[in-house]
Amino acid sequence: MTTMTQEAVSGKAHGPMFGRLLLAEWTKLRSVRSTYWSLILLVLITFGFTALFVGLTVSQWDKSAKDNPDQMAQLVRDPAGFIFGAGIGFGQLTICVLGVLVITSEYSTGMIRSSLLAVPTRLPMLAAKCAVFAAVVFVIAELIAFPTFFLGSAMLHSKVQVSLSDPGVLRACLGVGLYLAMVGLFALAIGGIVRHTAGSITGVIAFVLVIAPLAQLLPGKTGKYVHAYLPTEAGSLIGKAVQGKDDVLTPWQGYGVFALWTVVLLAVAAYLLRRRDA
Amino acid sequence: MVGRRRTLIEVRDLSKKYGDKIAVDHLSFSVEPSKVTGFLGPNGAGKSTTMRLILGLDRPNSGTATIDGKPYTKLHDPLRHVGALLEARAVHTGRSAYNHLLYLAQTQGVPRRRVDQVLELVGLTEVARKRAGGFSLGMGQRLGIAAALLGDPKVLILDEPVNGLDPEGILWIRNLLKALAAEGRTIFVSSHLMSEMALTAEHLIVIGRGRLIADTSVREFVERSSKRSVLVRTPDAGKLTAGLAEEGAEISKAEDGALIVLGLEAPRIGELAAAAQIVLHELTPQRASLEEAFMELTSDSVEFHGGVQ
Repeated sequence: MTTMTQEAVSGKAHGPMFGRLLLAEWTKLRSVRSTYWSLILLVLITFGFTALFVGLTVSQWDKSAKDNPDQMAQLVRDPAGFIFGAGIGFGQLTICVLGVLVITSEYSTGMIRSSLLAVPTRLPMLAAKCAVFAAVVFVIAELIAFPTFFLGSAMLHSKVQVSLSDPGVLRACLGVGLYLAMVGLFALAIGGIVRHTAGSITGVIAFVLVIAPLAQLLPGKTGKYVHAYLPTEAGSLIGKAVQGKDDVLTPWQGYGVFALWTVVLLAVAAYLLRRRDA
Repeated sequence: MVGRRRTLIEVRDLSKKYGDKIAVDHLSFSVEPSKVTGFLGPNGAGKSTTMRLILGLDRPNSGTATIDGKPYTKLHDPLRHVGALLEARAVHTGRSAYNHLLYLAQTQGVPRRRVDQVLELVGLTEVARKRAGGFSLGMGQRLGIAAALLGDPKVLILDEPVNGLDPEGILWIRNLLKALAAEGRTIFVSSHLMSEMALTAEHLIVIGRGRLIADTSVREFVERSSKRSVLVRTPDAGKLTAGLAEEGAEISKAEDGALIVLGLEAPRIGELAAAAQIVLHELTPQRASLEEAFMELTSDSVEFHGGVQ
């Protein structure tokens, strides 16, 4: 029985080590359905909620201006931030789920053992996974950010005008991609630490959707600062074109804080990946 | 490898605890190339753990395991040196067999056509694009073997490869392993079935409760551990029994009246009978089956005994 054809395997390996791992992670990502489902949902939810919130706001414009003058004033100062806040705020949940799944599905299916046999030093695999996933999310998010902005600004047109050339608007559009890519890495880090799909998803979503926004209710100056420095709350500032009056951090400072949180969590995930039995 | 014996897998004083439970207990052995070495032990003996330690998936509490002199984690492009099939499934259920092998190939810089080649080799070409979650146990095992062969490795470590396979699949694995060993590869394969190993392996490493029980060739193992008795049928049992007892044999009676003689070889019994002019109807050397020999050897180290005798 001829089991092997030497020439098919031997010879020098193609490409540099890390490039090969990037390619492999790309193959992993594109060859499961959850990737497509999550990204399709991201598009649908983002467009859907943008249209819904902006539409409701326009139709209630005069009433809202009377009831919530502060909120409306902020909207008029930064329409771009309002547009993104509506759609991306919900759309990000799909990235939370996908970010967790990208790593926990390796554990739940046992595939992590195959992956670690191929890359026994482990950390390069995690690094490649982060790089590929963040890049894919960034690109998809940008493909959504611009249409979302045009959709929202067109709907707002009768009440308030905003264009891509206004100060900070282009940065906010790019910020959507930067923010979602970081949300993805944040979720991936939690998934890498917890290793279980359901627990990680529940944890990430509870934090992003409930705990972090609720921190706004913390009393006093301390409460305000605690809320401002929470990862997703700080990070989402990058999606605003104009800094809010009450914002403790600038958009880039906020994004830096979010990045720092994420790096720390990824470092914990990396440490545990090295230490734990697979 | 011309005429020089060298070891490819080297395990030295390896220990692993999970909590309070000792899975592997100061285990040392080595595996040589160009043959199939069976790794045998009852369920729970520590076979899978030992393999996981060799493959760098688990960290030992003490000791070392090396492949060709290096720990697995230090191998460059490890799948090109070592192919492994783990007992537990290691495939994403939603991914196709082809893509599973493709990403593994990409990590090692193994070209794409090799993926088609191993799929062909294990007979999964037709279902290569189907989700692996729908595979039968046997197809899953074949996919695992394809992954193990992907990098054309000279060392193969296979944990219970025949588990769940039908007779045709078992025969296929048996022949594949022999062919791979004949090509000069090192094959280290675990099983809890002695009879399976007797057909496949030349050398045996037997463990129980994480400790080494035997490190021996299959033939030695059988000879050493089987009690040799001789079954004798004669119409004159009483006279023969007396004669044999004088020679120091231990004689017991089987239910059907035959004699079971321990401590004398069949030719000697024949000679004694002839000298005493006793007619013999049957004179048959008996051998314990491999499975019996294995059970006898490991009986002290089986973790869970059945309750009834």
